[in-house]
Amino acid sequence: MSTLPPPNKIYRRRRRVNALMLFISGLAMAFGLFWLAWILITLLYEGFGALTFSLFSQMTPPPGSAGGLLNAIVGSVLMAATATLIGTPIGILAGTYLAEFGRRGWLAPATRFINDILLSAPSIVIGLFIYSVYVAQVRHFAGWGGALALSLIVIPVVVRTTDDMLKLVPDSLREAAVALGAPAWKMIVFVSYRAARAGIVTGILLAVARISGETAPLLFTALNNQFWSLNMNQPMANLPVVIFQFAMSPYPDWHRLAWGGAILITLGVLALNIVARVLFRR
Amino acid sequence: MNDQPQFDNPKLKIKALDFYYGQYQAIKKVSLDIPANKVTAFIGPSGCGKSTLLRTLNRLYELYPDQRAEGEIRLDGTDILAKSQDITLLRAKVGMVFQKPTPFPMSIYDNIAFGARLYEKLSRGEMDERIEWALTKAALWKEVKDKLHQSGTSLSGGQQQRLCIARGIAIKPEVLLLDEPCSALDPISTSRIEELIDELKADYTVVIVTHNMQQAARVSDYTAYMYLGELIEYGATDRLFIKPQRRETEDYITGRFG
Repeated sequence: MSTLPPPNKIYRRRRRVNALMLFISGLAMAFGLFWLAWILITLLYEGFGALTFSLFSQMTPPPGSAGGLLNAIVGSVLMAATATLIGTPIGILAGTYLAEFGRRGWLAPATRFINDILLSAPSIVIGLFIYSVYVAQVRHFAGWGGALALSLIVIPVVVRTTDDMLKLVPDSLREAAVALGAPAWKMIVFVSYRAARAGIVTGILLAVARISGETAPLLFTALNNQFWSLNMNQPMANLPVVIFQFAMSPYPDWHRLAWGGAILITLGVLALNIVARVLFRR
Repeated sequence: MNDQPQFDNPKLKIKALDFYYGQYQAIKKVSLDIPANKVTAFIGPSGCGKSTLLRTLNRLYELYPDQRAEGEIRLDGTDILAKSQDITLLRAKVGMVFQKPTPFPMSIYDNIAFGARLYEKLSRGEMDERIEWALTKAALWKEVKDKLHQSGTSLSGGQQQRLCIARGIAIKPEVLLLDEPCSALDPISTSRIEELIDELKADYTVVIVTHNMQQAARVSDYTAYMYLGELIEYGATDRLFIKPQRRETEDYITGRFG
């Protein structure tokens, strides 16, 4: 049996500092969680009653009559899906270029810098941009405009996460692949992408989560639509703008629908994350 | 170096090779001939350029923009440093196994099939045979034959390294470069790999970088001692270890170095 030396002054001080810092970290975490919990509880409390069958089966109503959010749900899904379909391939390809081919030259660092600016660009600026280059040219609000604006939000998120995740793939794996005689594209597709797959998909989901709540880019592009419409060349209903308009109104039944819409977006994002985690668990 | 061993038809003929990492010169005017169907070992202290020399033989350094080689390396008479040399074909001929195991994030089967599929069209049956052959050669078959479709990353470190060796020989290269292949292995796996190296030279030319001088003495036919980017001595392993001609070599192999 060996005996440990008795705790000296330095050791006791280290223990105290450790306990103190741990306590502060815990406090910081509790602070963050407190607000999140408050938001979720309020949302559930106010919105749970709105989750009725008619929410999913009826159109947005005029004030005072019964209705649901069907047209807004479908519009949101349609535009978010289109934006993801446009933005994901561009984002992944650009991110691949940055991580896999960006070792030489000035183009990759410059692109990365500009992408970071785009990543933090206020979404209202993106909405106004699409307004001026698309909506103002075709002279009417349209679902396509909304999808384009949202895709401009998707792209930088996907570029950034793809770039970051591919850079986490160790060079030794790339070396091993090319040392077998694999051309660069096979090395990237079969080795780099595979190793970074979970991270890249998480990036796409983050982007989807981000755009499903964006209001500002849609206000200037898709606007809104009281009625059922699948025509992307027409103004299109969507959850964020409906929530915005209904919540600002003086009508209690519109308020209820706005809460319903808010809880739908939250649950949708949650479900998406759970599905992704289950799919990519090994 | 005037009294280097000469070979009639060296598999690899390195002539006045310089290598640079940016401004830093890591290899200085190295010339040596590597014989076919023999095991040649590069030894020397860390940073002496032995791994760098190995990485020029399949031009792996080209992945990195600031690295470059100057001089001449001839594989069966063809200058492989020439711009016209197809780099993927070169690497298919000159295989490599690294110091750290690098299993791809895919099944054990696919890890080996990945390389084999690059240049050969094999039927399912032929591929199964090839995989069993490679895994048997690498002394791994018995341990993994019932879990070929599990992930390669689920194996232990030593098994992963043998998987990488199996992957390297499954493409049937002509030259096999081994960069300290046993440094992550336990003694039993190491001796299996050494037996494998001995077997491999019937079909391949093997070049091995090792920190372990006993290993160099055990497995190699020829040994090159490098120091600070220069080739100090090159000769038959037996002769070099028993009767080194240069003082520096003697100091290193007897542990009196530095």
